[in-house]
Amino acid sequence: MLKRISALILAGATALTMAGCGSSDSGSGGSGDSSGGGAKDGKIVMGFAQVGAESGWRTANTKDIQETAKEAGIDLKFSDAQQKQENQIKAIRSYIQQKVDVIAFSPVVESGWDTVLKEAQNAKIPVILTDRAVDSQDTSLYKTFLGSDFIEEGKKAGQWLVDQYKDSKDDVNIVQLEGTTGSAPANDRKSGFEEVVKADPKFHIIASQSGDFTRAKGKEVMEAFLKSNPDIDVLWAHNDDMGLGAIEAIEGAGKVPGKDIKIITADATHDGMQALADGKINFIVECNPLMGKQLMELAKKVVNGEQVPQRVVTEETTFTQEQAKEVLPSRKY
Amino acid sequence: MSRILKHRLFWPVVVLVALLLLNLVFTDGFFRIEMKEGHLYGSLIDIFRFGAPLILVATGMTLVIATSGIDLSVGSVVAIAGALACMRISDLSDQNSVAGVLSAVGIALVLSVVLGLWNGFLVAGIGIQPIIATLILMVAGRGLAQLITDGQITTVQSSSYKLIGGGYWLTLPFGIIIVAVVLALTAFLTRRLALGLLIESVGGNAEASRLAGISARGVLIMVYAFCGLCAGIAGLMISSNVSSADGNNAGLWIELDAILAVVIGGTPLSGGRFSLSGTVLGALIIQTLTTTIYSIGVPPETTLLFKALVVTIVCLIQSPAFRAKVFHRRRRPVPASTAPEEKVRVSA
Repeated sequence: MLKRISALILAGATALTMAGCGSSDSGSGGSGDSSGGGAKDGKIVMGFAQVGAESGWRTANTKDIQETAKEAGIDLKFSDAQQKQENQIKAIRSYIQQKVDVIAFSPVVESGWDTVLKEAQNAKIPVILTDRAVDSQDTSLYKTFLGSDFIEEGKKAGQWLVDQYKDSKDDVNIVQLEGTTGSAPANDRKSGFEEVVKADPKFHIIASQSGDFTRAKGKEVMEAFLKSNPDIDVLWAHNDDMGLGAIEAIEGAGKVPGKDIKIITADATHDGMQALADGKINFIVECNPLMGKQLMELAKKVVNGEQVPQRVVTEETTFTQEQAKEVLPSRKY
Repeated sequence: MSRILKHRLFWPVVVLVALLLLNLVFTDGFFRIEMKEGHLYGSLIDIFRFGAPLILVATGMTLVIATSGIDLSVGSVVAIAGALACMRISDLSDQNSVAGVLSAVGIALVLSVVLGLWNGFLVAGIGIQPIIATLILMVAGRGLAQLITDGQITTVQSSSYKLIGGGYWLTLPFGIIIVAVVLALTAFLTRRLALGLLIESVGGNAEASRLAGISARGVLIMVYAFCGLCAGIAGLMISSNVSSADGNNAGLWIELDAILAVVIGGTPLSGGRFSLSGTVLGALIIQTLTTTIYSIGVPPETTLLFKALVVTIVCLIQSPAFRAKVFHRRRRPVPASTAPEEKVRVSA
């Protein structure tokens, strides 16, 4: 407790000085370790620029990368960009100066990376993108992109639904809670799901709104859906949190989540898996943050000059209620 | 008739009615209110229920703006209050114990007031401009909330805590009752006692008020503390409604909605005069707009544009100068003597 309080005070003080002087130098993302230098002892040195710590998913992702780097014998230099592109660019530049062997990062946003990636290319340091893509035209700027295929996730959700209702002739009314408008997971999960479901005319997506990936919005939007559409059979939520919010709305309307309204979500966070095991969610498509092992393998190949595919999809699965009960005790996040 | 037309709440009411009529046309059963599971259930109830936190935050904001200040930190206070309460409750051995929940709520509210006092101290004690002083907490506060929750979403399973934002009492959502009590108290303090006059006088001219014997500094600090308290209660409501604290997203941008509600309600940003009923109307307009978007199914890609259009229309229609220009030929010209008064209104 004392530790937390002192951490609070320290953070408050730091934030104050930041806001006070507004200097452009503040918060260089903790990349200031000066050990630097390439692989003197034969160890591969990797610079990793993380987005931040905005969700449980991201925390699990960070922890996994740090652990697997240790196991793989890779010297990891880690920085946290706190959701800011300029911090991330700064961190990457410092990695270039330190002459690391390979740079990996999860871009905060899609655009604006060409300059700094060119600098890495000129310094002959290979770059691996993790989790999120960049929209650069020049694909030679990075070696490979390791991350989830959100379209595939949407398709998996849709396929489960099609299988569930394959013997039924009745119309199926679906409502959709979309993620933050314009974000890649929201766009892709939506299009993947709709592609599969629209093949059969009995499925109708009767309402679709953004719930901003949050529980509060998920609940609010679902309340409105329940009132304007009396016959909802299925809810497809782009992440667990919105689904969890919607469950509360459904219960408040006197219906039973998982039975009266079938619920499909994506991510498989701890709370989501718990709800799945409790029978309130019917199906979860995993979006796996544990990509460390694959990342370390790719890094070794890239440093050794081996060819790697431009796109590597993380190993992901799906969970039914029975599977959730089995794996829940051993989940890492 | 012309007296009704000139009433300053006339146009906000017109907008609210227009939005509701839009729903009458496009959404079946929008006005239906039924009993479900022993409480009232319907879209109109939802508007009040989800609008409750905004009404609270906007109430505090109204008083701050009346002193010609502004409080940008309310969103962060919302996140901190929810995070602290949920953290305390999740540490309890019995999460349903009323005493434990009350102490968690108490601590969260005390911290909210302290944060408000901090803002007040920066503004009144040191003399930093309100927009900068509260910006500090706006930026730092979310970090604080994240530190409290370790950057995770903290889930609690407490039926007593759930009551605040998601529960019902006497068939009414408990949040609405809280809002009614806070509003009644605020209205009593500011309209029946001299406090409202003091606030308006400080907002009109702080130096003149001081010379007239009003403790401008005390009034300012109190107003910011009250705003913090309102934001804290709103934070408890928001986190209790979903039984979890999300340091990242709880109350995100609520400060802008609150300022908008205050402005729609006819309180000028230049301070010196305020309308609590106008603010409530403004908050209800914003929440009705949100619910309308979900109900009639505006595509998510165009939601923001739709909102922007409605807000622009609301602001234009409230501006006497705009009305005078557009409807110029139909009405007799505005007498020149009222011009300065109306200019103040335009800035709203």
